[in-house]
Amino acid sequence: MKIFTILAKHRPAILRRWVDSIVETYPPETAQFLRSKRDQYHNPVGHTILAETENLFQHLLEGLDRAKVTPFLDRIIRVRAIQDFTPSQALYFVFALKYIIREEIGQEIDSEALEQELVDLEASIDMMALMAFEVYMACREKVYELKAKEVQQNAYLLLRRAEILVEKPGPGRQDNDANRRG
Amino acid sequence: MAVKTPSPQVVSQIDHHPPRQKWMDTKPEFKPGSYLYGAQPGNLEGVGLPNPREWSPADDDWKLPADWQGTVREGIAERLTRFRSFKLFMDICVRCGACADKCHFFIGTGDPKNMPVLRAELLRSVYRGEFKTAGKILGKLAGGRKLTEDVIKEWFYYFFQCTECRRCSVFCPYGIDTAEVTIIARELLNLLGCNIDWIAGPVNNCFHNGNHLGLQPHTFKENAEFLLDDIEEYVGVRIEPTFNRKGAEILFVTPSGDIFAEPGIFTFMGYLMLFDHIGLDYTWSTYASEGGNFGFFTSHEMMKRLNAKMYAEAKRLGVKWILGGECGHMWRVVHQYMDTMNGPADFLEKPASPITGTVFNNAAATKMVHITEFTADLIKNDKLKLDPSQNDHLTVTFHDSCNTSRGMGLLEEPRYVINNVCNNFVDMAPQATRENTFCCGSGSGLNAGEYLEMRLRGGLPRANAVHRVHEDKGVNMLACVCAIDRAVLPPLMDYWVPGVGVCGVTELVANALVMEGQGPREYNLRGEENLSYKPPADEEAPAEAGEEGAE
Amino acid sequence: MIGFLLSIVAVLVLVGIAVVGVWGLDLRILFGVIVPYAALITFFAGMVYKVLDWSRSPVPFRIPTTCGQEKSLPWIKRNKIDNPASGGAVLLRMALEILTFRSLFRNMKLDYRQGPKIRYSSEKFLWLFAIMFHYAFLVVLIRHARFFLEPVPKLLAALEAVDGFLEFNLAAVGIGLPTVQLSGLVLLGGVSLLLLRRIVIPQVRYISLAADWFPLFLITAIGLTGILMRYVVRVDVVSIKELAMGLATFHPVVPQGVSAWFYVHLFLVCVLFAYFPFSKLMHLGGVFLSPTRNLANNSRSVRHVNPWNYPVKTHDYHEYEDDFREKMIGAGIPVERETAAEEPAAPAAEGKKEE
Repeated sequence: MKIFTILAKHRPAILRRWVDSIVETYPPETAQFLRSKRDQYHNPVGHTILAETENLFQHLLEGLDRAKVTPFLDRIIRVRAIQDFTPSQALYFVFALKYIIREEIGQEIDSEALEQELVDLEASIDMMALMAFEVYMACREKVYELKAKEVQQNAYLLLRRAEILVEKPGPGRQDNDANRRG
Repeated sequence: MAVKTPSPQVVSQIDHHPPRQKWMDTKPEFKPGSYLYGAQPGNLEGVGLPNPREWSPADDDWKLPADWQGTVREGIAERLTRFRSFKLFMDICVRCGACADKCHFFIGTGDPKNMPVLRAELLRSVYRGEFKTAGKILGKLAGGRKLTEDVIKEWFYYFFQCTECRRCSVFCPYGIDTAEVTIIARELLNLLGCNIDWIAGPVNNCFHNGNHLGLQPHTFKENAEFLLDDIEEYVGVRIEPTFNRKGAEILFVTPSGDIFAEPGIFTFMGYLMLFDHIGLDYTWSTYASEGGNFGFFTSHEMMKRLNAKMYAEAKRLGVKWILGGECGHMWRVVHQYMDTMNGPADFLEKPASPITGTVFNNAAATKMVHITEFTADLIKNDKLKLDPSQNDHLTVTFHDSCNTSRGMGLLEEPRYVINNVCNNFVDMAPQATRENTFCCGSGSGLNAGEYLEMRLRGGLPRANAVHRVHEDKGVNMLACVCAIDRAVLPPLMDYWVPGVGVCGVTELVANALVMEGQGPREYNLRGEENLSYKPPADEEAPAEAGEEGAE
Repeated sequence: MIGFLLSIVAVLVLVGIAVVGVWGLDLRILFGVIVPYAALITFFAGMVYKVLDWSRSPVPFRIPTTCGQEKSLPWIKRNKIDNPASGGAVLLRMALEILTFRSLFRNMKLDYRQGPKIRYSSEKFLWLFAIMFHYAFLVVLIRHARFFLEPVPKLLAALEAVDGFLEFNLAAVGIGLPTVQLSGLVLLGGVSLLLLRRIVIPQVRYISLAADWFPLFLITAIGLTGILMRYVVRVDVVSIKELAMGLATFHPVVPQGVSAWFYVHLFLVCVLFAYFPFSKLMHLGGVFLSPTRNLANNSRSVRHVNPWNYPVKTHDYHEYEDDFREKMIGAGIPVERETAAEEPAAPAAEGKKEE
């Protein structure tokens, strides 16, 4: 598609704005830090955003392959899913790409009459958004699972303590033994 | 059709740019997952801490005691005269920003108030506003502010969002240590009854029952027996440790998490096997059954009150010296505070390994030796029968605990031990290990369940470094020498780096130990199939085993 | 940004005071003698007071930040500087800290993304700017000793020769300036870069207070007036030295013909000196006292005493055994006493609960 040639030409500008749309959801002091070129150990979030937006964009141009794209989305969303964002704030960046692309290459689309190609491209981005929902939900579910695990573990220990710590009249020790070894 | 650009607001109706405010004007929001529960009244009463009451940090009214401002002011004044560190750190910061991006909570949350300099300014601004002439007169212009209830809430939010890991202090040109500021700030909060329950509960338990979990003596012993059964089942040897035994040569103290929680119990089993293997004359104590010290996260005084049990029990039992298990903050307390607070331990002897004869001169005053120092010496002197191939299915990396790295300097001993019990060890990047190590995100008593999401944020830099070696080097096991690490790294790994397990160093040692009279080691200490187990192929194998046994 | 603007205004006001005072009101004795003495007294008294005040607070615990392997088993290689075990090693650590800003230097990182290579991150510049600024300040300060010493010591002359080596280069291309002193330029450069950094990096801007901006502007103004006098307005150095010698020998004189610019310069310096002990600039003194840096990490081998150590309420073994005796006996755990002490059980239990 012709639009890909135009996108490739504007790639650096689009990527830069896309990264901005993500880092600017943080306070300005933090945003600048995320943009900084500190190494991946000191700036893991910024590093992830930079690397994965590029990967995602590349795959958008090559045609979305769910299996390939999911890990890239995962790395960005896994961070945002546990940070102080609402779901829409966490996932807005996917939709932001549409608006950035329109702003960056809108004139060329108009002049070369590529509206249909733009619509197709946006359909791809919508697909990416749907994948993003799944990744986000998977991350949240993981958090709940971990919470449940911890609660379960605590409850399990509490139960054991209830059996063992509280002195019950009767054959307490036998109960404990049965409990212990099963 | 002309292409119209929809504005972002139309797309999601959300302003994605956080409001631009000076930091003194922003307030923390107490949302579930980002704050810790307030201390229950019973836990404060149990140890005589002030202002016990039912309350929640999410409440508008925190039910602060009458004249709480006076209490805090006096508290600050008193601590300025007691701690040169505090006084100095209030005065000399030049706000150069070298520490700003060194905090794991800043990196993981993106919250500017998690920059160490700003965390300290939360208290410094009150110091200036209440104690300094310029601050009293000029207020905000001189960086000062008054003590209000909102300030207390902000302190609670951010000083219980600092793990006292000291990473910022490494990079500060004046060595300003935010941990020191946090410790003082928490003391001040405790004057108002504003502790978190996850700290207050263990403190109360430890004071009365000897350990954080509140295990009573018989339960402690029963738990140990439960694990001894497991050892018998998986290793094929029956071990008989002693409890509260007078006249033992050594008292062994480790965090109680190790006798209660997974995967700490496997490290506990490791201790039992190691000491049995070398025939150590030692005893456990149910009275001093806690190495950890959540008093350290409450106040200097509470730290001393809980820590006192170790020496008291060592004296009562008449042991020669104390051996300490794997724990981070326990070792900061033992190494930098214990002798000063509760010494001199003149009733003990300078520690010497009864197996190798090595004298631990570095512990000459405190008389307490770290388990990896002890084990490293055993290995160096060839006193352990080891089969490192039992850990061949593991590629291990090591998480340096903050306290043992930056408050002690225990870096090589655990690595030496791991390298001798495992064939596959790789270190993480130098930016994330040794003195540069990143916190687990849950230290200093923040490992509560309700705080999981914040802990996942704080642990991001640590997990990120593990992720790198997991992908590049195939690391599948993260070893550590800290009970809190063992409790909190598993969910951290589960979220960020699935496929990486967590274990204590002594668990790895025990897996590699060739115990006298052991059965086939088809299972590891966790009761999982031992993937490195090789069944004897022919008749030669038993002969070999016999030879080894005869040595 | 109110702190930023007010700091500029404050420095301009200070300049104005000196200009009006000397040009307008001719208060030369005030600005040439009284203010300098007052400032110096404030500086020294303030420094001494501050350091003594800090020293009054004890160091209860030995809390060095350890940045390397501790001294443990003899065959384990230790890091003597970053984890000092003795006083000598501490001195070395402190010297490196104070003379080379070693902790700031740690910001330089190895990058392993494309093989190991050194990255110069923005924080690296903090170290560079700080070194430039502090050393240039030191040289400038020492250089000014020539105004107070007669004859000028050889060492000082040598320092000036080194500092002014650019002269030859400039002379070669035919620029007829007085000896260009490198230190002055580096000082101004360093302070400008530190200022710029504070403005440009949002995190640092966010945490900056008026107390951070003011000294930067003040030092900039001092540097500018100094350079102005040396290269542009050409002041009468001989009479300035006369004034300075007068101050140094406690026979103050106010010679005629000293440019008002000199008084502006001198007044700003006086403000800096008087302000110094009460500001963050006291990090000069504080860095020597920092307990995370100036202590040996030997608290496990050498006893350290806390002067205010006080007894605390503990829960001793006997209270513990009283609570759990039955259970301990039942579980086969040895006890001190098979039965409770003579005193009735109830008060004993109460005593445990009470502080």
